[in-house]
Amino acid sequence: MNDILIKFILSAGTLFIMFNIAGLLTWVERKQSAVMQDRIGANRASIFGFKAMGLFHALADVLKMLSKEEFIPAGANKFLFNLAPYLSVTFALVGFAAIPIGGELILNGHSIQLQAANLNIALIFIFAMMSMGVYGVVLAGFSSNNNYAFLGGMRGAAQMIAYEITMGAAIMGVIMVFNTLDLQALDVAQGAYMFGGWVPKWGVFVQPLAFFLFLTAATAETKRTPFDLPEGESEIIGYFVEYSGMKFGMFFLADLVETVLVAALMTTLFFGGWQVPYLHPNGFDFPWGGHIAMANLPVVILGVLSFFTKVAFFIWVLMAVRWTLPRFRYDQLMNLGWKILLPVSLINIAITAIVITLLR
Amino acid sequence: MENTTEKRRQELVKYFDPKGPFALLRVSQMKRAWQQPNRRELSFWENTYFPMLFSGIMLTSKHFFYNVTFHILHLFGLAKGIKGAVTYQYPEMPRPLSSRLRTRHRLTKREDGSPRCVACMMCETVCPARCIEITAAEHPDPNIEKYPAEFILDLGKCVYCGFCVEVCPEDAIRMDTKILNIAEYSRQSMIYNKKRLMDE
Repeated sequence: MNDILIKFILSAGTLFIMFNIAGLLTWVERKQSAVMQDRIGANRASIFGFKAMGLFHALADVLKMLSKEEFIPAGANKFLFNLAPYLSVTFALVGFAAIPIGGELILNGHSIQLQAANLNIALIFIFAMMSMGVYGVVLAGFSSNNNYAFLGGMRGAAQMIAYEITMGAAIMGVIMVFNTLDLQALDVAQGAYMFGGWVPKWGVFVQPLAFFLFLTAATAETKRTPFDLPEGESEIIGYFVEYSGMKFGMFFLADLVETVLVAALMTTLFFGGWQVPYLHPNGFDFPWGGHIAMANLPVVILGVLSFFTKVAFFIWVLMAVRWTLPRFRYDQLMNLGWKILLPVSLINIAITAIVITLLR
Repeated sequence: MENTTEKRRQELVKYFDPKGPFALLRVSQMKRAWQQPNRRELSFWENTYFPMLFSGIMLTSKHFFYNVTFHILHLFGLAKGIKGAVTYQYPEMPRPLSSRLRTRHRLTKREDGSPRCVACMMCETVCPARCIEITAAEHPDPNIEKYPAEFILDLGKCVYCGFCVEVCPEDAIRMDTKILNIAEYSRQSMIYNKKRLMDE
């Protein structure tokens, strides 16, 4: 009973936090792009004269979406048309279940892993869910009875399948180095140190090439500029051209949730997840000698803070990329995916395998 | 007509035929275009996208961190002189206007409050949009010949060329009110009479 309650609280908490981060991203996106371009950005929505730097624009957006008419075009497949946005959001959100947001918390002698679902195949589970996300795009495009939506759906399917393979191949190196698919175990393994205890054994230091491959493929996976061909605002409006109201909002939300998911994945796989440099379960242990003893609770809190700081940083990077780079042409996109990223990721796997065999 | 179109089409087909007589010409044209000083093959390093990618993100990040620093300093009331954004929050904070900018007209006054205008009709004559309409009347003062009984200026027609100001011998009409937001609900209320031009 206790275990079920703990799991329930954990999953509700994770969902709540991730949903709120994704909602907040609408504001972050507008503000960051504004500051980058020497503008001020949304700052007019106010409640009783409080403007809070435009934070209420996120609320106003949701209210607007909810109160708009939901239009279903004639000739559309109603069932699939209504199903598609739910699929998009659900599969984006389910992925968070397997992401560890903190280390091992010991409460009244109970050991609690701060991870909603403690799966031993967490990585495969997340990838499966991300692949299922393509159904939202494809169904939305195909069921709308609109040529442009159809084009967007086709592009989305082709692009996501092309980059899924690179993404899978890129993390193969990490799996081979740490020898596990369990993300919690992966994070624990990243607490080791290399080069006489100075450099933490994070994924990015043992697999730098895989990190860049994963960053590129994951950006393509979120369907945002420079890989926003399924949307292509300026040419075809994309797979959600016929959607209005909150169903459009759900596609929009799914985009942002995927951004958070990708940032969380990059943190977990390549930047040690909840690891803080030189923080061990019993306190800080510096390589230049020096020890600060700490209890379990502050260590776990520091870990959770570190996880969310890293996630915030990666969200910043993804946003900066989104507001800096122009869109790829479709042939360039496919060239990059199949002719450059995939061979390089395969080479990366081969080199990693050779090095591991030699070091054994 | 039909014949010409067909002829033109055949010409184009001939021109674009890769085995036709113009194929060599086209190749040489393309070669010449390729030899322009700013056109060249990209090197391998450039083809990986990395240099441009990083320099682009460096540029936007530079702006981002510069502006964020000053936005945060402004929150604490510091460094108010340096702006973090180029935005003018328009209705509350109008943009500074040049002193030479031509804005809405006004009629200047004498010391006793009567218009300086002597109804010489110069502005009405020079106006390219013909938006000024003056009704002259005899002035009671024998030193002043005429005065405008009515001075109608239709801002719906005015093109803001400023000729009326240039031509006025009495400095009676000026365009220095700094009023830009002339918006009305009807064309009728865009027509300004003497009273509005002198008072508002």
